[in-house]
Amino acid sequence: MADTSFDVIIIGGGPGGYVTAIRSAQLGLKTCVVEKKHLGGICLNWGCIPTKALLRSAEIYHYMNHAGDYGLEAKGVAFDIEKIVGRSRGVSKQLSGGVAHLLKKNKVTVVDGEAKLNGAGKVEVSKDGKALPGLSGKHIIVATGARPRALPGLEPDGKLVWTYFEALVPDIMPKSLLVIGSGAIGIEFASFFRTLGAEVTVVEVLPQVLPVEDAEIAAHAHKQFEKQGMTIMTDAKVTGLKKAKNSVICTIEDGKGKAQEITVDRVISAVGVVGNIEDIGLETTKIKTDRGCIVADEFSRTAEPGIYAIGDVAGPPMLAHKAEHEGVICIEKIAGLDAHPLNKGQIPGCTYCHPQVASVGLTEAKAKEAGYEVNVGRFPFLGNGKAIALGEPDGLVKTVFDKKTGQLLGAHMVGAEVTELIQGYVVAMGLETTEEELMHTVFPHPTLSEMMHESVLDAYGRVIHF
Amino acid sequence: MPVQILMPALSPTMTEGTLAKWLKSEGDTIESGDVIAEIETDKATMEVEAVDEGTLGKILVAEGSEGVPVNQVIGLLLEDGEDASALDGADAAPPPVPAAAPEPANAPAAAAAPAPAPATTPTAPASPPAATGNRVFASPLARRMAEQAGLDIASIAGSGPHGRIVKSDVEAAQAGGTVAKAQPAATAPASSAPDPATVDASGLPPYREVANSSMRKVVARRLSESKQQVPHFYLTVECELDNLLAQRKKLNAKSPEGEGAYKISVNDFVIRAAAMALMRVPAANAMWTDEAILEFERADVSVAVAIDGGLITPVIRNANNKGLLEISNEMKSLAAKARDGKLQPEEYQGGTFSVSNLGMFGIKEFAAIINPPQGAILAVGAGEQRPVVKDGALAVATVMSCTLSVDHRVVDGAVGAQFLAAFKPLIEDPVMMLL
Repeated sequence: MADTSFDVIIIGGGPGGYVTAIRSAQLGLKTCVVEKKHLGGICLNWGCIPTKALLRSAEIYHYMNHAGDYGLEAKGVAFDIEKIVGRSRGVSKQLSGGVAHLLKKNKVTVVDGEAKLNGAGKVEVSKDGKALPGLSGKHIIVATGARPRALPGLEPDGKLVWTYFEALVPDIMPKSLLVIGSGAIGIEFASFFRTLGAEVTVVEVLPQVLPVEDAEIAAHAHKQFEKQGMTIMTDAKVTGLKKAKNSVICTIEDGKGKAQEITVDRVISAVGVVGNIEDIGLETTKIKTDRGCIVADEFSRTAEPGIYAIGDVAGPPMLAHKAEHEGVICIEKIAGLDAHPLNKGQIPGCTYCHPQVASVGLTEAKAKEAGYEVNVGRFPFLGNGKAIALGEPDGLVKTVFDKKTGQLLGAHMVGAEVTELIQGYVVAMGLETTEEELMHTVFPHPTLSEMMHESVLDAYGRVIHF
Repeated sequence: MPVQILMPALSPTMTEGTLAKWLKSEGDTIESGDVIAEIETDKATMEVEAVDEGTLGKILVAEGSEGVPVNQVIGLLLEDGEDASALDGADAAPPPVPAAAPEPANAPAAAAAPAPAPATTPTAPASPPAATGNRVFASPLARRMAEQAGLDIASIAGSGPHGRIVKSDVEAAQAGGTVAKAQPAATAPASSAPDPATVDASGLPPYREVANSSMRKVVARRLSESKQQVPHFYLTVECELDNLLAQRKKLNAKSPEGEGAYKISVNDFVIRAAAMALMRVPAANAMWTDEAILEFERADVSVAVAIDGGLITPVIRNANNKGLLEISNEMKSLAAKARDGKLQPEEYQGGTFSVSNLGMFGIKEFAAIINPPQGAILAVGAGEQRPVVKDGALAVATVMSCTLSVDHRVVDGAVGAQFLAAFKPLIEDPVMMLL
């Protein structure tokens, strides 16, 4: 007879859900995860992971096409989109199985079904329309994630107008593509398909691609994208999509109101995500929502005592690592540990296009807006030995300091491998570094990370290698 | 124009304190000389007397507030003829006057019965300027901010990981409000969304919270640091007290009645002997700094005094040049002040060496924790009849175990042994102290 009573029930087995479940089990709490589709959630199955697998194939394809630069010969370089996609699906499957194994190892009960709240402490479960035994839990954590937002008139149809779901398993290798939205998701797909040879047009309604990034970094990336042959239109919006049999005629209005039409094989709508707050029984509780997300405090507590919300469903930033930390803090607080709320200003953001973009903290503009007088350091990849040796001379490492106290307010990077480098600045910020400690840190040579050191030196007029 | 009542500086080095208690309420009439509040620092409680007359118009800093900077406006006094409306315009920003000026900071207040005797353990919180041996755990940013704000980083309570002082703690200290406190683990969260079924992971029974006074926090931090940072090394000797006890009896028998009466204690002998031994082994009268070891030119002996709720260490300055009588009288006066919570910072700060005696509690021997930045501390146990071996035969003597804890960075085992080798003969044959 299966258990139905738990200390903690987690609705959703994505990065927020399963990580919280494992931590919960580590803390000795009887834990259950209810997942309706696939463990690992969007991140593992239809987001972070498969896109990185795809981008890796594109990256290697890119190098193969530039083999001559490295003294190599590669003839007949080709790709098989089905095989590329197949590899990414295999990676997702492997990791999803891995999550199942981790939950089992930590003795977390996994229920395959769709959960619905039914007042405090109670969860109804169903599978394919059939009711399964209900569950009761002292604490219930809602981690149902988010899904693509649809703009009116530009709704995805799963065939010609794609969301990331379809883009990850494309029915064809499009020869031409329109990407609506230049956030991380849009730019990554644009980068992927462009590298494989598609003609890509990116339309962004704001004046800057990668709108959340520092303006200088975004501008640098923008230039690189155009060099790669992407057509980028900022301050523009898509006003209409006319679907033909196997193509779409798109009307795009630029910043001055002038309209133009382009015809593409496929459209990717990447205009943001909305929390999955529907059909989960919120109406049976006191839980409040705001603009498509559940309202929760700094410890993820909702208006209903005993029910919590973490991850994408609880609001931005919509990042897996934010969900994981929120969940851990939430469960540690429940268990009576001395938990501290997440410092949202120290959550890094990474975009895995080519060139990569990574950042943490305030942009130069936001720092000034907040009233800081700033010292800004800049170091170009061109000045770094390893970057030149790698054949990756394009990029920039920018640091923003508070002139008064030397506090590191923000770090922004564009270029090869920066998504792996940003953690150094994140750790430094968390430890409340000033410029001094970073200057005294011995970064190994020869590495790209030395640029992190030089950027700090530059902020104080002491740059050596440029 | 309402008169601003400012947080007084109770010593030249005080930067902030706790406003422990208001003895007057809003609306009370204040006469010049009235005690209106009690301020608590790490060691002592002082009363604040009113200089002006009037009505206490507004209390701006609530009682129990910690980390109130010196010179912060704590209340407003309405003068004759003013009413509450005058308070609206009153500027709560402190006037640009130097720290020591306003309220009678050195009010030699009459012994206030309810003044809580601060619970302490022997530590001198303020370190001499050259001290680099004290390590305060603070983030680099917090350190710099404290420096810029002119705050003593060591006096700020830390709320970061492992009690680290972080930016928000310094900001709170600057704002003069309650310094952020680290939440005790396993406490039911006192939040607006009540957690109905807090699972207590560590299985603790119900408890009562005893709030940490600012002194308790400083003491906890400094002694933890001492145990963690200072490489302690221990040496024990046993001293036969029979000669000392006989001579003490003789000396005390000669005390006049009334005026000039004295009573020398065993501890007075210990202090004198320790001071003399330190002069003979100057390497034991020293302090570690990263650049150099400082060997002091005289022995200022910090002496642990047990008081209600704790321990405090008044200092006998220049103990090597004081006779038993002077030491004894000074100890009596300092101990009385200590028990009344009336020791001035100059009377308990500093010291080059410490002596701690738990003999009166029947303790046979113990190893004390060094008071940073000193280099050593002598722990003295009870003198008791014990079997000893004399000329190969069993005999009985009154024996007292003395354990020296040394900071091995500055006092090596051999030096510690030399100190004890100089100390022991002076205890076992006090007439040697005449030389």
